[in-house]
Order: sequence, then C-alpha cells, then structure tokens
Amino acid sequence: MSDALLSLEGVHTHIGAYHILHGVDLAVPRGQLTMLLGRNGAGKTTTLRTIMGLWHASKGSVRFGAHDLTAMHTPRIAELGIAYVPENMGIFSDLTVKENMLLAARAAKSAEAMDEARLEWIFRLFPAVQKFWNHPAGKLSGGQKQMLAVSRAIVEPRELLIVDEPSKGLAPAIINNMIEAFGELKRSGVTILLVEQNIFFAQRLGDSVAVMDNGRVVHSGSMADFSADEALQQSLLGLAL
Amino acid sequence: MNGKKLDFDWKPIALVPLLALVALPLSGSFSTWLTLTVAGLAMGMIIFIIASGLTLIFGLMDVLNFGHGVFIALGAFVASSVLGLMSDWTGSQELWRNLLAVFPAMLVAMLVAGAVGLAFERFIVRPVYGQHLKQILITMGGMIIGEELIKVIWGPGQVPLPLPEALRGSLLLGDAAISKYRILAVVVGVVVFGLLAWTLGRTKIGLLIRAGVQDREMVESLGYRIGRLFVGVFVVGSALAGLGGVMWGLFQQNLVPQMGAQVNVLIFIVIIIGGLGSTAGALIGALLVGLMTNYTGFILPTATQFASIALMVAVLLWRPQGVYPVARR
Amino acid sequence: MLSRLLSNDLPRSRLLALLLAVLVLGLAFAPFIFPGVKALSVAAKILVFIVLVASFDLLLGYTGIVSFAQTMFFGIGAYGVAIAATRLGAGWGALAIGLGAALALSLVLSFAIGLFSLRVRAIFFAMITLAVASAFLTLASQLSDFTGGEDGLTFKMPALISPSFEFADEPFLGVSLDGRLLCYYLLFVVAVGLVLALLRIVNSPFGRVLQAIRENEFRAEAIGYRVVVYRTTASVLSALFATLAGAMLAVWLRYNGPDTSLSFEIMVDVLLIVVIGGMGTIYGAVVGAVLFVIAQSYLQDLLRIASEAVSGLPWLAALLSPDRWLLWLGLLFVLSVYYFPTGIVGRLRARASR
Repeated sequence: MSDALLSLEGVHTHIGAYHILHGVDLAVPRGQLTMLLGRNGAGKTTTLRTIMGLWHASKGSVRFGAHDLTAMHTPRIAELGIAYVPENMGIFSDLTVKENMLLAARAAKSAEAMDEARLEWIFRLFPAVQKFWNHPAGKLSGGQKQMLAVSRAIVEPRELLIVDEPSKGLAPAIINNMIEAFGELKRSGVTILLVEQNIFFAQRLGDSVAVMDNGRVVHSGSMADFSADEALQQSLLGLAL
Repeated sequence: MNGKKLDFDWKPIALVPLLALVALPLSGSFSTWLTLTVAGLAMGMIIFIIASGLTLIFGLMDVLNFGHGVFIALGAFVASSVLGLMSDWTGSQELWRNLLAVFPAMLVAMLVAGAVGLAFERFIVRPVYGQHLKQILITMGGMIIGEELIKVIWGPGQVPLPLPEALRGSLLLGDAAISKYRILAVVVGVVVFGLLAWTLGRTKIGLLIRAGVQDREMVESLGYRIGRLFVGVFVVGSALAGLGGVMWGLFQQNLVPQMGAQVNVLIFIVIIIGGLGSTAGALIGALLVGLMTNYTGFILPTATQFASIALMVAVLLWRPQGVYPVARR
Repeated sequence: MLSRLLSNDLPRSRLLALLLAVLVLGLAFAPFIFPGVKALSVAAKILVFIVLVASFDLLLGYTGIVSFAQTMFFGIGAYGVAIAATRLGAGWGALAIGLGAALALSLVLSFAIGLFSLRVRAIFFAMITLAVASAFLTLASQLSDFTGGEDGLTFKMPALISPSFEFADEPFLGVSLDGRLLCYYLLFVVAVGLVLALLRIVNSPFGRVLQAIRENEFRAEAIGYRVVVYRTTASVLSALFATLAGAMLAVWLRYNGPDTSLSFEIMVDVLLIVVIGGMGTIYGAVVGAVLFVIAQSYLQDLLRIASEAVSGLPWLAALLSPDRWLLWLGLLFVLSVYYFPTGIVGRLRARASR
C-alpha cells in the first residue's frame, strides 16, 4: 500500500447557497491510478475543482505531498505539479493546436523550446495532435479535442494528473486509444486521479477506486476487490462492472 | 505541407472597401473622395489606437471601463504641456525637429496615462471585478473625477494644440489635397497595429492574452497568474488611449476637457461593431467609423453622429455579437 | 388605507417613514415654510427629479437594465412642451398637444430601444443608449430652427399658472397667491400621483416578474415568462414617466435648452441619486432627490466660501472652486457605490429589520 500523494479530509464545499460536498475523505496513492466513480450529481466534478482551487473548500483540508492546498490559488496549485483536464476539456478554440500545447508547456518560451522527445511520445500516443498541429483547435472533432486536452496535461512532466471524464461522448475506438495512453502514463510513474463513468476504463486501468454519492465518498479500496463484489457495485452504482 | 486552406472570415474586412466604394459616387469628384478617404482612414487609425486597449481590457478582464475617455483627454493635455515647452522645435520648419518634439510628447503622454491607468485599475476597477453594474457606475464616476481634475490643472476652457510647422499643410496628389498630418496618423496607426498583432500573435504573452480572453479559468489551471496580466493589459490599454488622445488632439488642434467623454461614445460604437475582445474587429470598426464620419461630414453634416449609430445597428442586425465575436467558454 | 395607497409597499422602517413624512409635508407646504423665489425653485426641481429618478429606478433597480437614454426621454418631454408652447401659444390645448406628441415619440423610441435590447448583451445595450443619447443631444443643438439650438426656447404657460396671474390681492401667510403658487401645486399633485402610480406598478404582479427577471433571466424565461415583453414594457413605462418629468420641468421653468434637460450632467445626477437613495425602492428616489438637490443648490455656496478661505493656496482653491462641484459629486458617487450600495433606504430598512 503506497502512501497518499493527495489526500482530502472532511472537505465541504459550498457553491453559493448550495452545499455540494458533505465531508469528502479521499486518498490518492502515489504512482497508482485512482478511479473516482459515482452517479451523476454525486459531486465528482466538484471534488476535482476543489482540489484545483477553482472552488474553495469551506471546511476540511486538501493536502498534496507536504503542501496544504485548501486555501491556495489555482495557478500556484498548478505550479506544484498538478495537471487538470476539465470536463469541458478547456481547449482554446481560437488558438492552434501548437499554441494550445505551448501554453501548457510553462517552461518553454517558444514552440521550438518544447521537449522534442516528449512531443514525439505524445504524437505516438495521439497522432491527431501532430496531424492538426497548425490548425485552430476549434476545428478538431470531439475526440481529437479530448486527446489534445490530455496531451496538454502531459506535455511537461507532472506529478499528478486530474482528469474529468476523458471518454465522455467518444467513439469506442478512440476510447481504446485513450485507455492505452493512460496505461502508458501510469507505467511512466505518474499518479492519476480519474473520474469516469465508462466501465472498461475503470476495470482495465484502476488500481484503487473511490465511489461517491451525495457529496461523500461512500466506498474506497482496491479495484480488484471492488470488481469482485457485484452486489456492492449494484448498490453503489446501480450497475455491475 | 498540406494543401488544406484555412478558412478565414473575410467578409468583415470587405466592408471597408465596400463603404469606400459606396461613397465614391456620392462624393462628387474623385479627388474629393480621395481626400475624404484618407482623412477617414487616418481618423479610423487614431480611433483604433484608442479602442484596441479597451476591447482587450474587456475581452480579457471582463471589465467595462466607461471611463476610458479620461486617458484620452489626459494624454492630449499632457502632450499640450510638453509641446508648449518645446515651442522652438515645433516652430521650426524642419520635419525632423518637429518629429523630435512630437514623439517625446507622445511618449510622456503614454507614460502619464499608463501611470494613471495603474492607479485607476487598483483603486477604481479592482474592487468591483465581476460586478458589471457597479463597474459601469464606478468607471463613469472615475471619468467625471478625471475630467474635473483636468479642469483644475489646465483650466476649464479650450487649450490649443497646434500642429508643428512642418506637419501642416497638404501634399498634392493630382487634384487631391492630402493632409500631411493624416498621413503620419495612418503610419503611426499601422505601426501600432503591427506591434499589437506581433505581440498577440508571436509572443507567449500574446498567447496568454488570447487564451485568457477565451477561458480565464483554464489559463489559471495551466499555472499562470492571470491577475498580473490583467494589470499589465490595463496599463498598456490606458497608455494607448493616451497616445490616441495626443493624435486626436493634434487632429482637432484644440482640446477641451470633455473630449474624453466625446470620444468615448465613438470608441464604444467601434468596439461593439468589432466584437468585444477582438483587436482585428476593433480595427475594422474603427476604419468604418472613421470613413463613415468623414463621408457623412461632407455629404450630410447634421447626420454624422447618427450615421455611426446607424452603422452600428446595421452591423448588429447582421452579427449581434459584432463582426469577430470572441468565442467564450 | 395608507398601505392601500402605497400599494402595500410600506417604508418598513420607522425612521424611514418619519423621514418620508417630513419630506412630503415639507414639499407640500414649501411655499409657506420656505418663502422666497429660490426656495420654491429648489422645491420644484426636487419634485421634477423625484419623478425622473423614480422612472429610472423602475428600469435600473427593478428590471436591472442600465440605460443612459433616460435624459433623452426627459428632454423629449421638455422639448415637447417647449416647442408646442412656442409655436402654438400659451394655452392648455398647446400644452396638451406638446405633451401628447412627446409621449408618443417616447413611446415609439423606447419601444424600439426595448426590442433592440434583447438582441444584444446588457453591456452593449448600455453603450448603445449612451451613444444614442449623446447623438440626440447634438441633434437638439443643431436643429436650431425647431429647438432653439444652444440658446433654447423661452415660452409662456397658460395664464392660470403664470406668475403674473394673481387670484387674491392680499398675500396669505406671507406668500403671494399667484400663478406661480398654483404651478407649484400642480407639479406637486402630479408628482405625488406619478410616484404612487410607480409604486402601484412595481408592486403589481408585473413588477414582481420584473424583479424575477432581474435576479435570474434564464430561470424566468424557463418558468414561462416572455422576458422580451416584460423588458420592453418596463422600458416604455420608464420612458413615459421620464417624459412626464420633462414636461413638468418645462412647465415650471418656462424655458428649455439642451443643457437644461439633455445634458450628461443630469444623467450623472440621476445615477447618483438612485445609488445614494437606494436602488429598487422608489422611496430612494424621494429621499435621494431631496438630499441631492438641496445639497447641490446650497453646497455650491459652501464651496465658494471654502475656496475663498484658502485663496492663499491656489491649487487648493481651484479644487474647492464651486465650479468644480462635479469633482466632489464624482467622488461621492464612487464612494457611495462602494460603501453604500443599498443606499439610504436600504440602510434604514436593514437597521429596522435587525
């Protein structure tokens, strides 16, 4: 059991008058891929946004390594080595694919300064990114945008990747692509927290799993145990993996 | 190289020559038309210099600065003081001497406007980020305060801002008399546009600004402190307004403290036509307004202000968000 | 019975109720309490501004629309009366025609503006109204044959409300009973009527829908209210009331020019009053207008004294010059928006409910 790179303790989040998170306890083990599952409206996206500081927890704490993220500003949180792929992908549609990538590569002052080897790796994982390099990102299809979003998150090495529903609305063939990519990422040592509703993703990639309902984590443990327990799956998700 | 053509929205750009062509038969003679067109383009360039800052500020920061006019007036008045000190240079017939007086005046005007912009952002705008109604009210209040302070420093009446000697008069192109100063204005406008386009298109900061206009949150999530960028853009925008003010003042050769409020209205029309947040749109809007004002000023003087408004209404009926709306998340 | 009259929109604060009572009584008996020509002019100006600001509050405070075209409608009302009186003579008929024409013009313009506002964003709309109002101002100065240009129009009003008309030889309680007095009371009755009408409007189901739209337009539309219709109606009503206020002004002054009714300064005054008085309250217009007009009229004298006192320091004297009244107004305005967002009425009501 590896130690937790990211941990949330008793996190409550309010959005305006709405109390969305009611005391979330979550531990994301280092070097593993943790799946965050749950029905729609369970609070998964809110949890991710709270980690990134886009919304601030009204109670509880968010820790990343030795850092306390709870009241930190988003840019600082990103600087600490956390990459975020939001549900809507956050693609800058008026910018080209190259410019989107350049923006994500904080250390690079210009396109030439981006890490060649890294880009080669990304192009291998997601050929579309290379194909449309000089095109406005808005012209890409949904699946291609998703690949771009993930590519942005990995254009420079990061300690933690937080991804919100990367397979949403994608064709099955592309989803397989995505799964392979995340598999490679995992093997390269990156810690990943993934919110997904797609069954195959969960089963093939997840090392740990946390299930949310009504703003709380109601189950956490290893994916292997969870996969074996159909009754638990039914009661928590309403379906079997 | 792939042969795929990147489709580009050329229709708004076509509006400019279209307007010019429409005005040709109505101008009486070709030489009149030429004079008016150059005058219109020059005016358009000056308006663009002022409007570019405002549209970026709104696009990036979602801040509606109804007080942008104060920087225009400030720039003009500061320049009048600086040029007043250099009267022997401006009085000279030699062009280079004149330019050596005018450019420092512009520089000082920009510095002062930028500095005041810094204070304006800190004390008037920042406390009301995100609250549009309050922004409108407060920035309007800021402009009134600014206008009154100008009256305190430079007096409530008109202040002359004569053109330096060598910049007066016109060049003759056949029958058409083209004012020398207007040519200078077009040159400066093109230079400013070029610098802006280069910064926005080729530098990382420009990249940040363009991305920030679309999705501020994502830029922050990528690790950039966009707050600092805001202040920078505001200051540069104010400085540009100051520069525009100097040029506008030299255009009119006469300054009144209310000039900020007067030009404000034109600027708003321009950025609405262009689309809030779009520099290219601001250029097109500015050129259209400049041309329109000059053409109607000749053909039907009483309708000048309404002509620009009619133009704006027509554009909005075609594209309600302006000619180049910025795609927002 | 009082609450029926006020359309159930009670002051909800004893201090406010007291203040309002004092103000209303003060205005009702102004000619007797504050004798003198200047005082009566100030009181009349207050009445006009109460109606004008209340009309603006309907648009800004209740519907949430920022429009800088209010002074345009104010001006239309004033010019309507002025032009009619100039061309058709000083009769009640002329007055009616002028008022009618002004209201018709305002109806059409505000309708067009209201419809247009829904094609564009709120910010666009604010800027557009600014542009239109400023163009209108220029137009008024330029069409000098019609509007008297920069100099404006001076005209006479029906005999009954002219100063020269006297309906009693002896002064009553120190006040001469002449047409001026009658004119004042005409304005007073009209002002009271219009304010009560506005209270009725904002407290009706229509008014409640306006507030719902202001809070959350999307939801209001989703529930089934056609936002277009409500916003346009509110624009039109607001414009009509402003037009009436303009007519009141022209009737009192027997003069109208671009600066009297169309200037940007008046728009700023209206904004300041509505912010200081309290947005979305109607009562805020009453309290704010009284405070503001009195301050404006008498504070300039104070500035003059202060300026002369520090004449040794020319820069300070220039800052305190009574001509720089707008500077201090502007500062007050900015400070009010920050620290006083709910205005006087809002503050008083908040204290009362604690």
